[in-house]
Amino acid sequence: MRLLIKGGRLVDPAAGIDRVMDILVENGKVKEVAAAIKKAVNCPTLDAKGLAVAPGFIDMHVHLREPGQENKESIASGARAAVHGGFTSVACMANTEPVNDNRSVTEYIIARARQVGLVNIFPVASVSRGLLGENLVEMADLVEGGAVAFSDDGQCVMKADLIRKALEYAKMLDVPIIEHPEDHSISAEGQVNEGFISYKYGLRGMLKAAEEVIVARDLILQERIQSRLHLTHISTAGSVELIRNARRMKTPVSADATPHHLLLNEELVQNYNPVYKVKPPLRTEADRLELIRGLQDGTIDCIASDHAPHTRDDKDKEFEYAPFGVIGMETSFPVIHDRLVRAKLLTLNRLVELFSTNPARVLGLKDRGRVKAGYPADLTLLDLKKRFKIEEKDFRSKANNCPFLGWEGQGAIAYTIVSGNIVYSYKNR
Amino acid sequence: MKERTFRQDHLLGIEHLSVDDIETILETAEAFIEVSSRDVKKVPALKGKTVVNLFFENSTRTRSSFEIAAKRLSADLINFNSSVSSLKKGETLKDTVLTLEAMNPHIIVIRHSASGSPHYLTTFARSSIVNAGDGFHEHPTQALLDALTIQQRLRTLRGLKIAIVGDILHSRVALSNILLHQKLGNEIALVGPPSLVPAEFEKLGATVYYDIRRGVRNADVVMMLRVQAERGARNYFPSIREYRNLFAINREIFSLASRRAILMHPGPINRDVEIETSMADSDESVILQQVTNGIAVRMAVLYLLKGEIHETLN
Repeated sequence: MRLLIKGGRLVDPAAGIDRVMDILVENGKVKEVAAAIKKAVNCPTLDAKGLAVAPGFIDMHVHLREPGQENKESIASGARAAVHGGFTSVACMANTEPVNDNRSVTEYIIARARQVGLVNIFPVASVSRGLLGENLVEMADLVEGGAVAFSDDGQCVMKADLIRKALEYAKMLDVPIIEHPEDHSISAEGQVNEGFISYKYGLRGMLKAAEEVIVARDLILQERIQSRLHLTHISTAGSVELIRNARRMKTPVSADATPHHLLLNEELVQNYNPVYKVKPPLRTEADRLELIRGLQDGTIDCIASDHAPHTRDDKDKEFEYAPFGVIGMETSFPVIHDRLVRAKLLTLNRLVELFSTNPARVLGLKDRGRVKAGYPADLTLLDLKKRFKIEEKDFRSKANNCPFLGWEGQGAIAYTIVSGNIVYSYKNR
Repeated sequence: MKERTFRQDHLLGIEHLSVDDIETILETAEAFIEVSSRDVKKVPALKGKTVVNLFFENSTRTRSSFEIAAKRLSADLINFNSSVSSLKKGETLKDTVLTLEAMNPHIIVIRHSASGSPHYLTTFARSSIVNAGDGFHEHPTQALLDALTIQQRLRTLRGLKIAIVGDILHSRVALSNILLHQKLGNEIALVGPPSLVPAEFEKLGATVYYDIRRGVRNADVVMMLRVQAERGARNYFPSIREYRNLFAINREIFSLASRRAILMHPGPINRDVEIETSMADSDESVILQQVTNGIAVRMAVLYLLKGEIHETLN
């Protein structure tokens, strides 16, 4: 099985490459990357002229809902959504039913992912058993079973002692702890960002401090422990500043932000449309702009979608009763490309770092995030000129809770290639 | 009666009303006050129209007030009581409202603990929606009946200082009044502890005071809010006792207000908690007049939303 990808503009930040290159794929791996590779007889060729070729995109924070909530999403529908969005790998969170807090659930997810094919799925196990925040999961066993990271995600690890122990123990295993920073005693029953908007619209608020005190707590612990700490979907200017300072102090930390926090602000909740109800909440315009500065100066390493599918009925409710979350895998690239790269706030090279190079590094996926001979042939091909319109009918996700519906712009996924197989093509969608 | 210029399909909040709208409602309400003073307190303005009272929170005064208002306009009214409703069987708000709408009502009056519920209804319902109080958000008819009461007693709605004392953070009465008096250009003083009166309220054109004496000084209207024991349980303040010591209205503090000042309370009052009992019964207290005016204001709102344009009051 061979494939020659000819004439595309290869953008591979890890290799420092941004020029037209041919890529030869053989048996699922990259065989050769060179300026001009001669077409061998019987070798299928993909004409990538006019396209950008990136190492496969990695969404390090998604919810696939299987096992347990297959009415919202399944590993199969989530995988189709992922490749439609250009992702060749995704890391799925542990809040399934049952919780992914033991090896059998991790192995189940990996087995289902293998049956489905399409995309690489890397399970993230919980930090605590049952997501209860009390006792550590059997981390070594889970790593052996295929878990790549640990996170209690939405629950946040509220006990400082437990996150300390988790960071220490994870250091031995060389795996990241992913923290959703939210002090629940402060955010409590909050629905939206706390401030003028929450007061004016009578919605319970979540202070920015609810996020920032956990960011600060974890960074202080990490300063001594020097493990691998990743702060996910940070949403406030204060968090960006805390992380920036920690980096200056050489404290090991990485962070991601979501497209919705990068492109939307709290003003949208005024009509009580639950599609904008998300955790952490959409913040102020000043926070949004600081997140973008964080992407530019390297404080924020990755863009992750926090793809959180819900059924139509789940979201068709009084704002207060609707669940938190938006879907994102299928829209991350087009909206970020159009609003940040075309607006010259990010370079394409930086976008590829945020979508591929850095997520691979943070998750410790050693042979991904780079186009190199011997590595799996995971590639995302981009048509930067192609116009897009975000429409529900195009979603492969089961859900439609997308805050970008109706958005138009420029830049689309052309092909998604996983282990040398073209798993998505915009020609026959 | 002034020519009708009211062009709203719903009454969701003061936020969406223009000063013209507010004046139209108050003028219409004044005309309806006469109806309530008649022996036969009924006009045919909403004859053949159906009003649904959809109350998901306990409420005696607001529900009864809307009920009497609808009946005095000759509307047919049904009360949908959440305790005997299908909600207990797990029906969603949307399904409940769609079911009621299948019976072709004209107006749905909704009281709900979740902010924005009336706005949510307008995304799928065909009836006119009237917000009778949504969560911590708005309670527009309360602010309108308060305004009518102020106008009756002070002969004006302009150039006033309005002091609102208590749990501003969780009060839909406060927010609707703030928005209304901001539109009318009145001075607004908000009084309470910082835990219940966030400084961001100043962006709505109000001034925040932690000292009731300073807030009430020279006020023309002193509006007390009901304090909920539950807020104490959540540490918004340490105890009812301390709250009373700091923020209850008594004769001594009220004497700092302007000479013509009136004392208001949306009810139900906690005697000797936020309001000294003798103050509640004083000449300056307009608490019962507020209740009376509630009927006229709600008649005006229902009439302006669905009354026949050619019909006049006489």
